[in-house]
Formats: sequence, C-alpha cells, structure tokens
Amino acid sequence: MGKTLFEKIWNEHVVVQDPEKPSLIYIDLHLIHEVTSPQAFSALRATNRKVRKPELTIATVDHNVPTKDRHLPIADQISRTQIEYLDRNVKEFGITYYGMNSAGQGIVHVIGPEQGYTQPGKTIVCGDSHTSTHGAFGALAFGIGTSEVEHVLATQCLRQSKPKTMEIRVDGKLPIGVTAKDIILGVIGQIGVDGAVGHVIEYTGEAIRSLSMEGRMTVCNMSIEAGGRAGMIAPDQVTFEYLKGKPHCPKGRNFDKAVEKWQQYKSDPDAEYDKVVIVDATKLAPFVTWGTNPGMVAKITDVVPAPGSFELKSQQLASQKALDYMHLDPGTPITDISLDRVFIGSCTNSRIEDLRAAAQVVKGYKVNENINAIVVPGSFKVKEKAEKEGLDRIFKESGFEWREAGCSMCLGMNPDFLTPGERCASTSNRNFEGRQGPGGLTHLVSPQMAAAAAIEGTFVDIRNWTFK
Amino acid sequence: MDKYTKTNGKVLPMNRANIDTDQIIPAKYLKRVERTGFGQYLFDAWRKMPDGTLNPDFILNDKRYEGATILVAGANFGSGSSREHAPWALNDYGFRTILAPSFADIFRSNCFQNGMLPIALDQKIIDKIIKKSLANPNYSLTVDLESSVISDSDELTIEFSIDNFKKHCLLEGLDDIGLTMSEEFMIKNYESRHVIT
Repeated sequence: MGKTLFEKIWNEHVVVQDPEKPSLIYIDLHLIHEVTSPQAFSALRATNRKVRKPELTIATVDHNVPTKDRHLPIADQISRTQIEYLDRNVKEFGITYYGMNSAGQGIVHVIGPEQGYTQPGKTIVCGDSHTSTHGAFGALAFGIGTSEVEHVLATQCLRQSKPKTMEIRVDGKLPIGVTAKDIILGVIGQIGVDGAVGHVIEYTGEAIRSLSMEGRMTVCNMSIEAGGRAGMIAPDQVTFEYLKGKPHCPKGRNFDKAVEKWQQYKSDPDAEYDKVVIVDATKLAPFVTWGTNPGMVAKITDVVPAPGSFELKSQQLASQKALDYMHLDPGTPITDISLDRVFIGSCTNSRIEDLRAAAQVVKGYKVNENINAIVVPGSFKVKEKAEKEGLDRIFKESGFEWREAGCSMCLGMNPDFLTPGERCASTSNRNFEGRQGPGGLTHLVSPQMAAAAAIEGTFVDIRNWTFK
Repeated sequence: MDKYTKTNGKVLPMNRANIDTDQIIPAKYLKRVERTGFGQYLFDAWRKMPDGTLNPDFILNDKRYEGATILVAGANFGSGSSREHAPWALNDYGFRTILAPSFADIFRSNCFQNGMLPIALDQKIIDKIIKKSLANPNYSLTVDLESSVISDSDELTIEFSIDNFKKHCLLEGLDDIGLTMSEEFMIKNYESRHVIT
C-alpha cells in the first residue's frame, strides 16, 4: 500500500522507534516567541542543559508587542519583562532573532514562510497551536507546549505518538467572493471543533489546488480549530514559485535539486487515510461565525440559528450559552448584526494578499462612523510591501488605522483589545469567549468580508459588493 | 517531576463541552516568565463578574466544592491554544486529575508533561459522575494509576485506558528530556545522515 504525505515525512524523521514507547522524531525547524519560551529557557539553566542545535531555532516577538509607538518603551511592565527575557535568552544561547525593531520581525507563522525557513518535507514545531500554518508547504508542522519547547531546545527531538491521518477533499471550483477562509470555516462547521482530534489533516482537491500559498496557509492555519494535530497540503508548482528566491531557501542549482526532492512529498495514489471528508466547494458561501467557537458558523445569507434547531441536547445547550454570551437572538439575519470594531490581521489573514483583497474592497469608501477599524500587517516585510503598493494609503484614506506587525487583537495580549460588549468583525481564528478581550464579542470572517463590514457597519454579502 | 500514583479527592463538576484554554486561563495572564502562580487566574472570566467581584453562580466559587482536586468536564476539554499555562493554572489551583469524554491533543500532552493525569471516559460515565457530584458536593473519587481504576465509595468502579509509556512516566515521575538525552548515540547517528536545507 502507498504512503500518505504525512507518513513519508514522519518516516523520514524517526530517530528511534521502540514498541514500548512513542517514537522519537527529529525536528528540522523550531520557532519560538516570547510567551511560551521563557519557562523553557529557565529550565535549561536550572538543569545546566544547552541548546543542542541553536541554528535550527528561530525567534521573534509577536504576541505581546505594541502595534504603535514602537519608539517608546513598552508601557506594560510585565510584557516588557517577557520581551527582554527573550532578548537575553537568544543572546546567551546563540539563536537567530527577529527582535521588535528588526526588519524581519512579525508573527512567527508569517515570517517562517516569508524568510524561506518553512520548506516542504520539514518537521516544524512552535509553542503555538497555529503552527499548523506551515503545513501549507507540505511540512509536518504542529503546536507544542512549553515543556516540549524545552525538550526540542535541549535535544532537537520530540517523543510523539503517531497521529492518524485524515483527508479533507474540497472538490469543485470555489465561487467568486468565497475565499480560503470560507473553505476552512465551512470545513469546521461541517466536522466540528473536535472533528479532527488525533489526526493530521491533508487537504486535497481542486479548490485547494487552485489556492495561492497565502490561501493555503489560511486553510492550514485553522486546522487546530477543528482539533487537528496538523494540517498539510502537498507542495506543487505554486509552492516552489513562492519559495524561489526567499532568503533562507536554497539558491540556483541547489534550489532545483531541492525542488526535485520536494516533488516526492505527495500522497501515493493508493495511499489510504484513516478518515476521509468530502466538501463541495461549489456549495460554500462567505461565512460568519455567530457563536463562541469556530464551528458555530452561518452563511452570510442565513440567520442566527435557534438552539432548538440542533440535533443533540449538548449542542442545544452550547448554542444557547453562546447566544447569551454573544447577545444575539435566534432568527436575526446575519446581515442585521451591527459592529463596533473591525480587525484585519493575525496569523490567519495578515499576509500581503489578504491586505490587497481588503484594500480592494475599501478603496473609494469611508469606514462607517460607528466603527473603529485597524489593519495589522503580519510582518514588517508585509507592511513594507503593502506601503510600496500604496495599500496603507487606501486604508488610511478610508479611515482604517495602519499599525505595526504583531498578533495584536487576535488575543489582546498587547494594548489592542475589545472592551466588554464590543462587537468585532475579525479575520483572526478564534471567537472564544473573551478571546479578543474580556466580554468582547467576536465574529470570524474573511478579509474581504471584514473590510466590507467596516464600510457598512453591519455584515454584508461581499458577492454583491460594488468595487470602486 | 512529582510522581503520580494514587489520589483520593473531591470532584468539581463542570458540565460543559469544548472548554477552551482561553477560558482556563485568559491570554492577558500569560505574561509571567515563571511556571508558578497561575492558579489565581484559573477560569478568571467565569469566576469574576465584570466589576471584579466573584460570580456566585460559577461552581468554582461554590464553597461546598472547596478543596476539590478532580475536575470533571465535558468533551474536547482544553481545546484551542497550546499554552501550557492552562495545565499550570489547573495544577496550581489543585486539580491534578481531569476527567472528560475527550481532550484536545496539545492540552493532553501538556498535562502529562506536568505530572497531571487527564483521563478520557465514556460520556455516560462522565454524566453519571457529574450527576452524583451535583447531588452531593462532597462526592469524591479514588484514582489508582497503577491499576488504572477509578472508584467511588458506592458502586462505581471503572477501569480506564492510558498509554503504557505515559503511565510509566507518571508513576516514576520521569524526566522526559533526560530520557531522550540517553539516546544521544541514536540522535548523533541520525544527524550524520539527515540533511536540512
């Protein structure tokens, strides 16, 4: 029987296989940031251990950093301490670092690919659940906790039980106005927030193949929201074109040799998955989440569902709780939901294409007077590129704030957060209670949908938008 | 790491599915650089009213359940972020054992790294335990890892399944990293033939 993409990468990375224990697998790339690494470094010091392969770890600051007034000291003392601790750790242990004022700084899952560290066939880990993003390149990439961060720093290995495999095949052509974000929201709506627990997802099918690298990253990014251990897409010409010329990718003849190797990273035709899910792309629409987890989604043309419409008692209870928290009544058309804030950013949707798509929508329009809207580019490089293309001007002219790179309002660890009761259209990945700030109400959407909502003040169907 | 062998403790029932790590500990409390001191922020948003006073309707604030050490919750417990601060907060507060129909992968792994025991049980059994605990706040369970059995003082005796290696590590309080470092020869050997571009 043939092997899946996942199995090929897994097998190549097994250092020790032992019937009594989970396998020891080798990690090719370790990404770290300020929030989940400090305790790992402290433990290394306490046990007098070294970083085994400092050259395979890359560090940046993203979760905590302010997105404006970077020339000033960070006002939040505890945030500052955490960032300064990383500054010290990378220096002492000899780790490549994209610090707060470096030209390479950005959200860890944005800079890995843009610097060319993320490559097909690699095992990639990071103390962050959205590490699944890197799977878009045909890498095996997954989130880990701080103890495992310490483990990788000390040994460059991890002990892992082999996950199961799951194919999510998205057949057919994506309708106009329906994006990668809508694919993944649709998938999570279909399989649920625990639909992929214990599994590594491989996304296949015509609709996935037709996506750009950025779209593929959006899809893989939210694999964790379906409970997936990782999400991946076999590399193809789109992948290789994206990687060509990236600073840390092989160059010239070495690049051609690398491509030759990368081409083998695909599932064999006769490979079997433990589970297969089929999604019809032609039936997808722009989605908006109405509840408190990413599986609670509705089409833009739908209404907020009634708890009684769910089959299981547990779902009925959960949706009632979600509606109470979200201050929404069943039967309310999604397009009647009015908003206070709009956030375009996060490791899900802050790359150049996301910003281009959003800018195209807002061009020539003004942000609704009731809305406060911000754009937070995923990295310094994304910001620079967007400014070169004049996107910043389009956003600013229409009334958006244009910020520095970071995780920002996705999780509100820095000064960007919702206040209680504020309702936000967000391009991020989690609409959990209080995720964007205590009492904040989050609706997840694509960048285009968020941009249009900023103009209208309510959700609108992007498929009917008049572009200027 | 502290060994985990056997525990007897009061149950805290939280009859809710998909309790995510943002609820277990909100992001704004992840700024500390230590592993300790997170218990005070456990379920912070549910525990407190918007004005900062304690929410009397949240079960963790119910005096009758004070001192509980076994948390029993709905399916997919610990979903969302990879923050190990979630198990740290639970452990720090006093919950070293968590029972649920299922767990999110990263959360479950993080528990084992901290000598904590997440046990997946059939939904029906979880429902039964929650019912008993709601009826009697002093309801307690004994969890014996060696024999992999959970029991109460009444009729309940359930065998649970756990990966043999994880069980061994918990029982012995093993240092995972030390174990991997003992494979140095194999790691070196692997590195000598593995090319990273």
